[in-house]
Amino acid sequence: MATALQILFSGLTVGAIYALVAIGFTLVYSSSEVVNFAQGEFVMLGGMISATAVAAGLAPLPAASLAIVATVVTGILLYGLAVAPARDASPIVVIIITIGASIFIRGLASVGMGKEFHTLPPLLATPTLDLGGASVQTQGLVVMAGSVAIVLTLWLFLRMTKLGRGIRATAANRLAAQLAGINPRVIVGLTFAISALIGALGGILITPITLTSFDVGTLLAVKGFAAAVLGGLTHPAGPVLGGLMIGLLEAVGAGYISSQYKDVFAFVVLLGVLFLRPQGILGGRAVERV
Amino acid sequence: MLTVEHLSSRYGRIEALHDVTLHVAAGEIIALVGSNGAGKTTLLKALSGVQPIVAGRVRFDGREIQRIAAHRRVRLGLVQVPEGRQVFGPLSVEENLLVGAWTRGRAIADDLARIFVTFPMLADFRHRAAGTLSGGQQQMLAIGRALMARPRLLLLDEPSMGLAPLLIDQIFAIIADIRSQGVTVLVVEQNVQAALAIADRGYVLETGRITLEGSGRSLICDDRVRQAYLGVHVDA
Repeated sequence: MATALQILFSGLTVGAIYALVAIGFTLVYSSSEVVNFAQGEFVMLGGMISATAVAAGLAPLPAASLAIVATVVTGILLYGLAVAPARDASPIVVIIITIGASIFIRGLASVGMGKEFHTLPPLLATPTLDLGGASVQTQGLVVMAGSVAIVLTLWLFLRMTKLGRGIRATAANRLAAQLAGINPRVIVGLTFAISALIGALGGILITPITLTSFDVGTLLAVKGFAAAVLGGLTHPAGPVLGGLMIGLLEAVGAGYISSQYKDVFAFVVLLGVLFLRPQGILGGRAVERV
Repeated sequence: MLTVEHLSSRYGRIEALHDVTLHVAAGEIIALVGSNGAGKTTLLKALSGVQPIVAGRVRFDGREIQRIAAHRRVRLGLVQVPEGRQVFGPLSVEENLLVGAWTRGRAIADDLARIFVTFPMLADFRHRAAGTLSGGQQQMLAIGRALMARPRLLLLDEPSMGLAPLLIDQIFAIIADIRSQGVTVLVVEQNVQAALAIADRGYVLETGRITLEGSGRSLICDDRVRQAYLGVHVDA
């Protein structure tokens, strides 16, 4: 029982981070049809910059703020310098551009902040908590609560603000949005900025548990992408559902089968979904964008 | 208000518009008629800036706008109701209207109220997803959304397409009403009779070229128009 609880808890913790990455994927994709494989690097930058700044003597809060600002600027530059100039290129070309950009960002991070593992102090003073016989890290609760807060804030932003409406309108019908006076480049740039923000927050939250290094972005991007595809790229709740499911699957697989194969499960899921239900669990018909 | 000079546009190597010249004076209703594939939609898209042009000039209020981005043309008062309504399906009716006022400031409550008076049905369905409305209701919404931008020149692309005859009459009455409120209208139609009937002047577009122009009445009476578009057989 305690083991099961422990597995459930760690699955949801990691799943929350996959969900945040997956939200970044779907947010950018729905307004621009760009699949941004540099999404994982945002998580890496959030954790790495915070940890480096803390190690250099900055207090955690300013360090985290610095990391968030730097990551958002990176997201905007990624769009403005690499993705936007290629707007007439085919989707596969744009995907390769984002993969190239992610290798570039990873390289800069390894040169600037080193190749060793970094960590951050957990938010709460009590590091572990007894929960039904299972010992769980309080930072896991912080990750879950933080992720819920991020998702709710994003939802409110998309529903209640003019810019949020503009993002949803552009996602629903890009041509009509332009004819209403919306500049699609501003909207897509904004979705890059928001997904960078969300990724950075995720990276800061998870680093005390999993540690971070310059190269964690790749696997996060693949797993976040798998989560987005599993949940359905076009449904708002898709990425959350997909992220949690992949996190749980990994934890169950690592707990009951072998932790050596932990990273395999996401790939198996990705392949399985693409074969059996390419539109994802919550997605509508695959080609419908009208 | 709007002058188009020697406009040409192409899809790849296929020429869609060839040397199109026309003008729209303030306060007019202009009908642009022609058969399927004549280039009517391409012309409106070019005017709105969502279709590239290869030659020619477009002036709006004397200002050349052919290099101005699509979203900026809306700010100038050049607003289009696109073909096939193109409402924001997942957004509510009210949200669609609010997006229509994207280029405007905060004082849009009066405009929203006025749209709901003009289209009472939209008020009833204001919280419904636009995608669940019928074709006629979506057309009303698309027009309402465009009006929220406070257009000075409204471009309408096939507003009667796919609608029941009763609704078509209603749409054309609304178009006449919009003009009476001081908005200039350029309407593209396959429903040649109805469009020419409310238009001050009209242009006939055939395979990307303007082949006829004249007052609405004179075009309805023109033998070539009657034979080609109104299904009337004319003996030579």
